[in-house]
Amino acid sequence: MIPVIRIQREDFDLSAEIAALSAGRADIGAVVSFIGLCRDEQGRLSALELEHYPGMAEAEIGRVAAEAAARWPLMGLVAVHRYGPIRPGEQIVLVLAASAHRRAAFEAADFMMDYLKTRAPFWKREHRSDGTLGGWVEAKTDDDDAAKRWEPAP
Amino acid sequence: MNAVSPMATSATRTVRLVYFAWVRERVGLPEETLDIPADLATVVDLVRWLKARGENYEAAFARETLVRVALDQHHAKPQSPLGNAREIAFFPPMTGG
Repeated sequence: MIPVIRIQREDFDLSAEIAALSAGRADIGAVVSFIGLCRDEQGRLSALELEHYPGMAEAEIGRVAAEAAARWPLMGLVAVHRYGPIRPGEQIVLVLAASAHRRAAFEAADFMMDYLKTRAPFWKREHRSDGTLGGWVEAKTDDDDAAKRWEPAP
Repeated sequence: MNAVSPMATSATRTVRLVYFAWVRERVGLPEETLDIPADLATVVDLVRWLKARGENYEAAFARETLVRVALDQHHAKPQSPLGNAREIAFFPPMTGG
């Protein structure tokens, strides 16, 4: 199983991604998808600008994907992350995890997102609805806590 | 008096430093190539050396423990040895996904 990792400016199509993942095979019993969208924060935001570290973004998501593949019996794994300006309602990130059974697919997708949040080198900056440039979004400790769920108990 | 500058006798090595998000804005550069003293052992040693170079670095690293680092595109920690890393990146905690 070779994970598909893409960092791109353009939008993605969920149906096309699932079709590509499952084309020509009949052994997959479950595909779990997660899509992260841009919120307007009660009308406060006109866009998010996503900055990333080219090269490391692909490499780090690849390392997270390799960990997921070592942990669950996956038949496919896709991660697509956008950069550049993204308006409220638009898609930011896609994770697909495919397996013979649903449990592995659910868990692997959840794991991918938790680590993508805390390890993938992306940073969001706010553009406000009043036309002014907002600040950089601060990291949430909730996200660190979520990622820690996957670590073995001390 | 032929005082020899300590810099002239110290070995240096060349690294590429890259900065992202508000670290980039505070430093004022997306990246730079610098000759750093070869005896800087760890990430935190490098951060303190950078802070002594100017107010922009001082501002970027005001909260030393907040800034994250990657050595040759692998996450590292303040106490990590610099080793032979050629590309050293500094950035805020990540907010992707």
